[in-house]
Formats: sequence, structure tokens, C-alpha cells
Amino acid sequence: MSDMYEALVKIVGKNYVSNQKEERYFYGRDPGLMSPHEPDYVVMPRTTEEVQKIVKLANKEKIPVVPKGGGLALTGLVIPLKGGIVMDMKRIDKILEVNERARYVIVEGGTTEGGLKSYLEKHHPSLRHSIPDAPPIATVVANAVIHGQGRLTQQYGFNSDMVTGLEVVLPTGEICRIGSCSISKYWFSRGAPMPDLSGLFLGWLGTTGVITKMGLKLYPRKKIRDVEVFVTDKEDLVPDILFKLTHTEMVEDINIWCQPHPPMFRENHHVTILITGDSEEELQFKKKMIWDALQEYIDSKDGGFMWVMPDAKPTFLEMPLESLSKFADVRKGGGFEYSGPIVLAEDYPECSRKLAELAVKYKLTYSGMVRVIGRSHCIMFGFAYTFNRADLDEMDRVRKALHEVAEFALEQGGTHWKPTVDEQKMMMERMDPDTLKLMGKIKGLLDPNGIMNPRNWEVG
Amino acid sequence: MEKYAEQIHRCFRCGWCKFTSDYLDLNCPSYKRFRFDTFSTSGRLWLTYAWLRGELEWSEHLAEILYSCTTCKNCVEQCPMGFADDIVDWIVGARSDMVEKGKIPPRVAHFFEAIHGYGNPLKLLRSDRGAWANGTKRYEPGDEYLFYVGCLGSYDENAQKMAMSLAELLNEAGVSFGILGSEENCCGNEVYMLGEIGLFQVLAETNSQKFKELSVKKIVTLSPHAYNTMKNTYPGFGANFEVYHYTQLLYDLIKKKKVKLSQNKAKVTYQDPCFLGRYNKIYDEPRRILQSIPGIELVEMERNREDSFCCGGGSGNFIMDLLAGGEDSPSRVRVRDAYETGADTLAVACPSCMTMFVDAIKAENLDAKLTVRDISQIVKESLASR
Ligand SMILES: Cc1cc2nc3c(=O)[nH]c(=O)nc-3n(C[C@H](O)[C@H](O)[C@H](O)COP(=O)(O)OP(=O)(O)OC[C@H]3O[C@@H](n4cnc5c(N)ncnc54)[C@H](O)[C@@H]3O)c2cc1C
Ligand code: SF4
Ligand code: SF4
Repeated sequence: MSDMYEALVKIVGKNYVSNQKEERYFYGRDPGLMSPHEPDYVVMPRTTEEVQKIVKLANKEKIPVVPKGGGLALTGLVIPLKGGIVMDMKRIDKILEVNERARYVIVEGGTTEGGLKSYLEKHHPSLRHSIPDAPPIATVVANAVIHGQGRLTQQYGFNSDMVTGLEVVLPTGEICRIGSCSISKYWFSRGAPMPDLSGLFLGWLGTTGVITKMGLKLYPRKKIRDVEVFVTDKEDLVPDILFKLTHTEMVEDINIWCQPHPPMFRENHHVTILITGDSEEELQFKKKMIWDALQEYIDSKDGGFMWVMPDAKPTFLEMPLESLSKFADVRKGGGFEYSGPIVLAEDYPECSRKLAELAVKYKLTYSGMVRVIGRSHCIMFGFAYTFNRADLDEMDRVRKALHEVAEFALEQGGTHWKPTVDEQKMMMERMDPDTLKLMGKIKGLLDPNGIMNPRNWEVG
Repeated sequence: MEKYAEQIHRCFRCGWCKFTSDYLDLNCPSYKRFRFDTFSTSGRLWLTYAWLRGELEWSEHLAEILYSCTTCKNCVEQCPMGFADDIVDWIVGARSDMVEKGKIPPRVAHFFEAIHGYGNPLKLLRSDRGAWANGTKRYEPGDEYLFYVGCLGSYDENAQKMAMSLAELLNEAGVSFGILGSEENCCGNEVYMLGEIGLFQVLAETNSQKFKELSVKKIVTLSPHAYNTMKNTYPGFGANFEVYHYTQLLYDLIKKKKVKLSQNKAKVTYQDPCFLGRYNKIYDEPRRILQSIPGIELVEMERNREDSFCCGGGSGNFIMDLLAGGEDSPSRVRVRDAYETGADTLAVACPSCMTMFVDAIKAENLDAKLTVRDISQIVKESLASR
């Protein structure tokens, strides 16, 4: 073991390796509810070459490697379940290139969401990326790896759909370029018109390689953003509302939230509609289209637009939303976890009822946080429960509630998003057997020694 | 502070506190330096919680993690949670537990020993405390201000020059003031931040008593650290006097034309000291002083005011320097920030910043390109009477 430590020091320098119990303690946990498991080493490489050397060494010694960004998936995905090396990617954080005209950026494997946002605002103010509402230390690559969703997801799909190329260190040490960048200096396409190999890495939760560079689509940043909040107390109408709203194609992002606190929010479903424009005229036109689309609910007194006071608007407009993180302090206890299955919009009513029902059953404080994906092609329904980290019983109750959510989501015909190891198992149990076999073959081919983030997506 | 043990688990380790408000850069100096999450705010809070619960035994590494926080309050500024204002108190609380149990890094122990034995962290003779003063008058009851010089101003070569400039300016403006010389004692701000609350109490009580005996009504401090503790903590020890940081007084004197300024051509950028800015919200006076000097162009570093990046010297690190070593040490990062503005002068208003930056400029080989000057020195060089 100490040979391993020395070997890692040789690769990254002694300031960036630790086998001390403090780092092992901290990196053995995440902010969620999964049981801890400590790594033997924490390593912070700076370059692709250092990543390659670490992975080659780990593969030779058959030691697990778990890539970690912000560690904010909350579902234990960066907890090294078989020990080994946690590779903290946040020192590989450069923004390598922005192609203004082709609207893409190339970031390194640990570039943060916050870092990319401020960089674009400063150097390329006409461009933006689909920033998620995760705290700004979350990393751009990890967000794509888990198929995250952001501000532009209603318009352009999962954030992983916006990937335009990858550089990956395979578990066996080769460095692969995926997409147009494999044959060209440009990173405009992750596959098409060639075979799209990005699917070997996106969604695999770090089990098939370490991504060291990624190309990502950027989009026009409009000069003005505004918000409208449509409120209804009839959850059954929400799918229809979403269908009508997305039909307008006038909206930047649609989120829905429902929560019992403060009491004025109880029983209501709030549809946050974000709109952008380059002029007041454009904004007003879009607003009119949106109002017209929802007029019938106003006429039938089934819903209406909430008056958002000007000084409350920043709370809705900021990116990322601070208010989501604050949910962790509702119980003055430093924790929340959410299960965010991807379901159809038509499942919204059942999901929101289940959310509240489980809160009553397990005596929990809840918040429902929904993001529309595509033109209402599906939604991420976040079943969020807050807990006090000092109250073990409450933590256990949240675990139980989320387990029920997991079963419920699959019964509804949904899939788990950023699944825990148990949720991965539940999905694999239901998966078409030949598909599962294919996954096993791919994993076996890419990672013959099973060193990458073991126990995740472990087939059989 | 006593209640920190019941609160410390509230940190979600979400990491907002690692950044500036626009996420432009990492702004927790110890996280920027070490880059392990353990050296960020959440690392300290989670590890302390684990230590309190017996999940983690004390080690020197744990203590170093806790003590490499400069108490700069960036996390307080950036954390979105309801407890944000208490974070530094929690860190100080954890340190005070370590102090009580006698479990602190050797460098911290030496710091306390020096203050206890010598009244300053540099282990220099008490009798030499006023040696810099060169005829500056001793404080007598009836003087308007007591000029509290502080440990660095009294003993450190570069900070002494700050003290001399300020004394000269006050004389020039006809302010009635005096110093305590060899009778001055450490203010205790760093001692408090390092968690030696017992020693801090002794210092605060002795100093307050002394000021009372001398009928001190107004104090002007060279250091923002002394300003902070005298303004915010001493009142709890029966102290009853007004406290000013020298930039406040100096700006007032300039406004009243008691200090008259003439042309001084320089491109200057200004470092907000944490104990002046984030702790006491004094951002404007130092800038206004610089802007009132004809010929001075004030340019801002990208991180400024609430988002300013600490020099790395807080919490006694101007002596202990637990964050030293390598190009990521905060003082070196910061002089690079200053250099990037195109300024020829890095203006400071704090002796700790001065000490940290003088060394960092050498380490960065910027000696010929960037000079650190205290605001009092810049004003002195700009006096119309010169
Ligand atoms: C308050 C809050 C709000 C949130 N809001 C959103 C939201 O709006 N949208 C959203 O999508 N998510 C959201 N999340 C979930 C999550 O934080 C984000 O998806 C975040 O982007 C994950 O990034 P990370 O760096 O924290 O990932 P981590 O948790 O560090 O890693 C996630 C996975 O990626 C793997 N990985 C990391 N880096 C690499 C790499 N370089 N190569 C290969 N594999 C790698 C890891 O092994 C792990 O399996 C939110 C979370 C919180 C706490
Ligand atoms: S101190 Fe606040 S911002 Fe920092 S990790 Fe903890 S909860 Fe998050
Ligand atoms: S006070 Fe400063 S150094 Fe200490 S944890 Fe907060 S941001 Fe980091």
C-alpha cells in the first residue's frame, strides 16, 4: 500500500495525494444518505497525462478508481464502495476553447458549472450554457455523465444531449477522442455522421473511463430574462398546461414546484415559466403567446398568474438557484436528498400525490421540484425530503420514503435518474435481458479488471 | 460560540462558500491553496463534527486543517444558509476546544507562548515595542486619540514604516494623539481567532483597564485586526471608547482639508483587508482617500470589496504561515491578481497584508514591477507640504 502511495506521489506530487484519515473520512461520504465507505487514497491530477498514469497504475494493481467532481449527485455515486482511489477532478478545470461562431466550448474534466458561467459572461457575453441548479462547484462533465438537466433543457433536451465531443482515458489507459475531434481540430459533433461512441461513457457514472475533456454546445444569450408563475390547485391539469406551454415554443425553461411551506404555497402547483428576449417587444410578444395559451384555465377559474413582486424576481431568475440548496437547512440539519425519476408529464398528478402521501407516512418535510425536458417529452420529478443530519431516525425515514419512490417510479413506467446502486439494480432487474447482456459486454470490454467506480452498473 | 457543537452538522457541504459571488474564482484561501475538499469550509465543519462525535481521532493533520483557515469570512459572505453568520464562530469554537484539550499544531502553540511571554507573537522584547517611534509622543490623558500601533506595526520592519507615516500624517494634520510605546500590549484579535479564549480575555481586560486608567476616549488603530476586536469584542469587557481605523480618520482629515494633497502619479490597486471589509464593511474610505490624491488612478482587481481574496495572513498566519509554499499560496495568488490590473502600486491598509505581500512579490519576481505601499505611505508621499 505504501508503494502505491509513493507511486501516486511520483505522478502528481506529494501535495496532491493523501492517504490521511481526514481526507479518507471526508471523501468516503457525500451530502446524501448513502452509508460511507472510505477510499485508501485521494488524488488530484492536473493533466490528462497524470490521469492516464494513475489509471494505468490502478489497472495494473487492480485498484478501484472513482472520478469525483463536486460530489453533489447526492446518491452516493462518488462514494468508493470498494475503496481504492478517489480521483478529485477539480484541479483539471481549464476552459480550453470557445468557438463563438460554431457555438461550442471545450472544458476540462473538472471545470465547474460556476466557473464556466462566469467565464462566458466575461469573455463571450452573447453565449451561455445550460446551467443546472446544482451548487456552482458541480462540474460540467459530471453533470453530462449523469444526464443532468439545466436552464435550456426544455428547449434542447438533457444536458448530455448538448455534448459535442469527448476525450476519455479508458480504464486500460488509452486516451480516446470521441466525435469530430477524433479526426479534426473541431469539436462540433460527438458522433454524427459517424458512429456515436459517446454513449459508451455518458450515463455510465464513471464506470467506463475518466473524461478529461468535453465539448459542449453553447446557445445565444438573450439580453433580457423574465419570469411568470402560473398557479393551479388542480394537479390533474398540470400535464395539459405543460403541453400547451411547450406548444408555444416561446419558453426558456419550465419548472414546477409544490411544497407545504410556507402555508400560502400549500395545495398549489406553481409553474415557473422563464422567458427571454433581445427586446421588450420580443418579451411582450412571448408573454402574450403564453398568456393566450393558458387563458382557458383563467376563464374556468382553475388557475391564474401569480403576481411576482419585482424584488422577488431575482430569486427565480438567478442561475444557479440558491433557494434549492437552502432546502437543506429547512430542518436546521444540513441535509436533503431527492430521488428524481424521469417520467412522463402525464405522471405529474400521481407523483405529486405520492410525494405528499409519503411525507405524511414518514413525517417528513417535502418539496416537489420538477423540470420539463424537451417539448414535454418527459419530466424530471424531484421527490425531495429534507432531514436533520443529527437525527438518525429522520434520516432513516427519508431513506424509506425514497425507497418507496424508487419502486413507485418504475411502476409508473419511469426510469431512475442519477440512480443509487440499489436503484441501478432495480432497473437492471427489469431491463430487457439482451440489453443487459450488451451492457455487460461493453463494460467487460472497456474495463476488464472492473476498476472503474465498482458496484455501479455492475451487471450480474 | 458555546453552542457550536449543536449546530455544526448543519453544513450541507454544497460548496457555495468556495467561490466569489460571481463564481469567477475560488475564494476560500485555504481551499485555493490545498485543493482537497477537507481544506474548504465544509471540510473543516464536517471533520470537526466527526471529531466531536468520536468518529475521528485528533491528529496534527486535523488541527492543521482547522488552523489553516484565515478566518477571512468569505464563507460567511457566500454561504446561502441561515447559519452563515456563525461559521467563523463555529471554527473558533472548535479551535477553542482543541486549545482546551492541549491539542494544537506546534506553530500555534508557539504563537500563544510568544504572546503570553512577550506580549507579541514575534518574541521580541517588550521594552523595544516603541523603538520605531522616534520621538512620537507618549499618550497622556487629554490627548484626543490613543494611536494603537499593534504588534506588527511595532516590530515588523515594513509595518513600522506604516506606523511612522501615519504618526507623521497625524502630526501634520495637528491631531492630538499619543502612543503607549513599551506599555502597549497585543490586542488579542488573532489569539481569539485561534481559539485561546482565556488568553484573549486576559489581554482584552488588561488593555481595557489600561485605556480606562488613562481616560482614553478615542482610539485609532493601524491594524484592521485591532480595530475589529476593539470595536466588536472589547465592549463586552467593559471598554468604553470610540475606535477608528486610521483610514476613517485620515479620510476625515482630508475632507476637512487638514491634510492637503498634491500630484502623485501612480496606478494603484487596493487590497481590502478582511477585518476592515467583510468584518466591518469599511470599503469606501480607503478608496476615497486614494481617489482624492491628484494623479492617482485607482484600478480594481477583479475580486474586490465583499469578494476580495484574503492575503493569507489572517488568524496569525502572518507569522505562522500555514498556507505558505508554492504558487498557490494566497499572498502569491493575490499579488498576481494585482499585477494583472496593470497597477504599479498595490495599496494596503493592514500591516498583515503588507508583510504577506512584500514576501510574495519577491517570490513572484515582481519586485521591479509592483510595489506594496500602505495608504498612509502613499498619502505621506503626496503631501502638498513636501
Ligand atoms: C441543491 C441541488 C440542486 C441540484 N439541481 C440540479 C439541476 O438543476 N440539474 C441537474 O442536472 N442536477 C442537479 N443537481 C444534482 C447534481 O448536483 C448535479 O447534477 C451536478 O452537476 C453533478 O455534478 P458533480 O460534479 O457534483 O458530480 P459528482 O457527484 O461528483 O459525480 C457524478 C458522477 O459522475 C462521475 N464523474 C465525475 N467526473 C467524471 C469524469 N471526469 N469522468 C467520468 N465520470 C465522472 C462520478 O463518478 C459520478 O458517478 C442538484 C443537486 C443539488 C444538491
Ligand atoms: S458552509 Fe454553507 S455554503 Fe459552505 S458547504 Fe456548508 S452549507 Fe454549503
Ligand atoms: S473563513 Fe475564509 S479561510 Fe476560513 S473557511 Fe471561510 S473562506 Fe475559508
